Amino acid sequence: MRENEPATMPRTIVEPQFTVEHLSILDSDGTLDSALDPDIPPEDLKRLHHAMRLGRRFDERMLRLQRQGRIGTFAPIKGQEAAQIGSVATLRRTDWMVPSFRETAAMLWRGWTMEHILLFFAGYLEGGQPAPDQRDLPICIPVGGQLPHAVGLAYAAQYRGDDSVVMAYCGDGATSEGDFHEAMNFAGVWHLPLVFLVQNNQWAISVPLKKQTHSRTIAQKALAYGFPGLQVDGNDVLAVYAASREAVERARAGDGPTLIECVTYRLGVHTTSDDPTKYRSAEEVEAWERKDPLTRFGAYLQQRNLVEPGLDEAIDADIARAVEAFEAVGAPDPLVMFDHAYATPSVALEGQRAEMAGRLARTPVTAPAAPPAEGEAPAAAERQSPPMRGQRRPWRS
Amino acid sequence: MAKLNMVKALNLALLQEMERDPDVLVIGEDVGVDGGVFRVTEDLHRKFGGTRVVDSPLAEAGIIGAAVGMSLYGLKPVCEIQFSGFAFQCFHQIENHVARYRMRSQGRFGCQMVVRMPYGGGVRALEHHSESEEQFYAHVPGLKMVIPSGPRNARALLAAAIRDPDPVIFFEAKALYHAAKEDVPDEIETMPIGRAHVDRPGRDLTLVAYGAMVRVAREVAERLHEEDGVEVEIVDLLTISPLDRETLAASVRKTGHAVIVHEAPRSFGPGAEIATSIMEEAFLSLEAPIRRVTAYDVPFVGFARERANVPDAARVLAACRETLAF
Repeated sequence: MRENEPATMPRTIVEPQFTVEHLSILDSDGTLDSALDPDIPPEDLKRLHHAMRLGRRFDERMLRLQRQGRIGTFAPIKGQEAAQIGSVATLRRTDWMVPSFRETAAMLWRGWTMEHILLFFAGYLEGGQPAPDQRDLPICIPVGGQLPHAVGLAYAAQYRGDDSVVMAYCGDGATSEGDFHEAMNFAGVWHLPLVFLVQNNQWAISVPLKKQTHSRTIAQKALAYGFPGLQVDGNDVLAVYAASREAVERARAGDGPTLIECVTYRLGVHTTSDDPTKYRSAEEVEAWERKDPLTRFGAYLQQRNLVEPGLDEAIDADIARAVEAFEAVGAPDPLVMFDHAYATPSVALEGQRAEMAGRLARTPVTAPAAPPAEGEAPAAAERQSPPMRGQRRPWRS
Repeated sequence: MAKLNMVKALNLALLQEMERDPDVLVIGEDVGVDGGVFRVTEDLHRKFGGTRVVDSPLAEAGIIGAAVGMSLYGLKPVCEIQFSGFAFQCFHQIENHVARYRMRSQGRFGCQMVVRMPYGGGVRALEHHSESEEQFYAHVPGLKMVIPSGPRNARALLAAAIRDPDPVIFFEAKALYHAAKEDVPDEIETMPIGRAHVDRPGRDLTLVAYGAMVRVAREVAERLHEEDGVEVEIVDLLTISPLDRETLAASVRKTGHAVIVHEAPRSFGPGAEIATSIMEEAFLSLEAPIRRVTAYDVPFVGFARERANVPDAARVLAACRETLAF
């Protein structure tokens, strides 16, 4: 084409500019923007506060139990309480909750017991068994793998004419996985009652967000799939609650999926096997500690005179009872491993079970070594190789 | 009773299971309006609509992952993966989730779902359209692996797979889709999963095969009968996992000789498990080493060389004669 000649086939705009909104309601001192007040009844505000503090204190207790060798590796949630409780609290009991592996606070809200969670992280699959009426999937460890399952649940709910909504959790790292994109695409095409709740905690183990995606926000990824994406201050429980309530209502009304990006921060380790000082600065962590979701929400409730006296003491007493019940669980029966591989085991699998049963009958079971009492320093040998609850000596043939 | 090829027989199983159970649905690429690239889901879309016969986006992990969620809710999805060679795009969903959900949830959930895939050579197709990958699924605890060998058992096994509370990987030999017609009863018929079938009784040698290789086995058995006076017993596995060790052992106790045929590459393939199982159960009856006739341990060779790689009657015949002469 020569210069100054009008184009006969000009490029035209087929899609106007997208915008991505960010929602924040409480500032870092806990002062409310009253124009955005989600108007949550005081009793519900107290429940949210209780759940967030329970999440924090149980997490801290789990960390001590892990350091003592009483449970195994787990992914602490410290710093993400608002993102989890603000979102999960907008679900009905009959809605579905699909976790990844760092949703302890949200799981407790949904009715998983602390004893279940401790058992799970002590290596007992029993701890991952949802109650018969519980619409919760168990913890899913391969990153992003649970998201297509949420798609199927939402499809099935729609298929059966059930008005339940599915809320699926993942982190910023998961947004690089194919499963995330396939799930988003299916959810958009099928217009499903599904909320993708991304806890953008800035770090996927040692990889920061800027190495994970070149997108300015995670929220905008939803726009490519044809449904809304919203970014919220993930350390502001009121903002998370308001955004989630809107998304859940949209889903229930048949208006399709939403992605909510909660901008938050993992104040602790990725898992108990990780040392974050290797990849991030103390200054960065301190800056986020000043935005701690518990401090902000606590200050707000203080202003409204809604903080229950003795809250932490009551929570600690509940945790102590759960730990006690967990510790009282006996050594695992190895034969249980054959119970749930198939609905009905094959002849060959029955044979393998019988082989083990025969061996167990011939070899007296040795009780596992008692773990050290809480507060006691474990012996040096145990520090190197912490005994797991229920771990046995190797069998001798 | 109607004379049906395998495509029509599979279609009949889907139709009848969907009619009797509203929780059964079909999901895959092109399974709807198009009726599937091999026409196995033909007409189902017209009969049951797009909500039950779901044309999914082109994403295998999305198909299997969504089917996991559907099955956790209580539906019974039948997924079609267009070719088994594409299933590695969803293998992580199958291995990590489909196979494990019952265990992970300690029986609270199970994945009652079927994953249908056309497999195997013989259709002059490109890479990823001709391979045999049953060994990957047969090795995964929590899955069942079924491969029918003809229209009638294909229909009966697919119906059984749809009703099975555990996930079933269901391989359909492309070479058999239009190969032969059989009498297939009009009324619903199922067959037990996990049971092999003695396709031809014989006293001299056990020939173990499944899927498209059963045809080859039949040709070899006939020639050995005519040319050598040897009576071959063909064990058609039908289910690869769980393996029917009893039927295999009973046959070899009688014949003392065993040759195993499969299209998958040899090393660590199903033949290794079958041979070991025979050795464990019928060692003292064996009169010769067990032989395997398989594809070679090479990646896809191109269809111009496929016939040199996939076992044919000549190779199987030679292996049988060597085994008998040991």
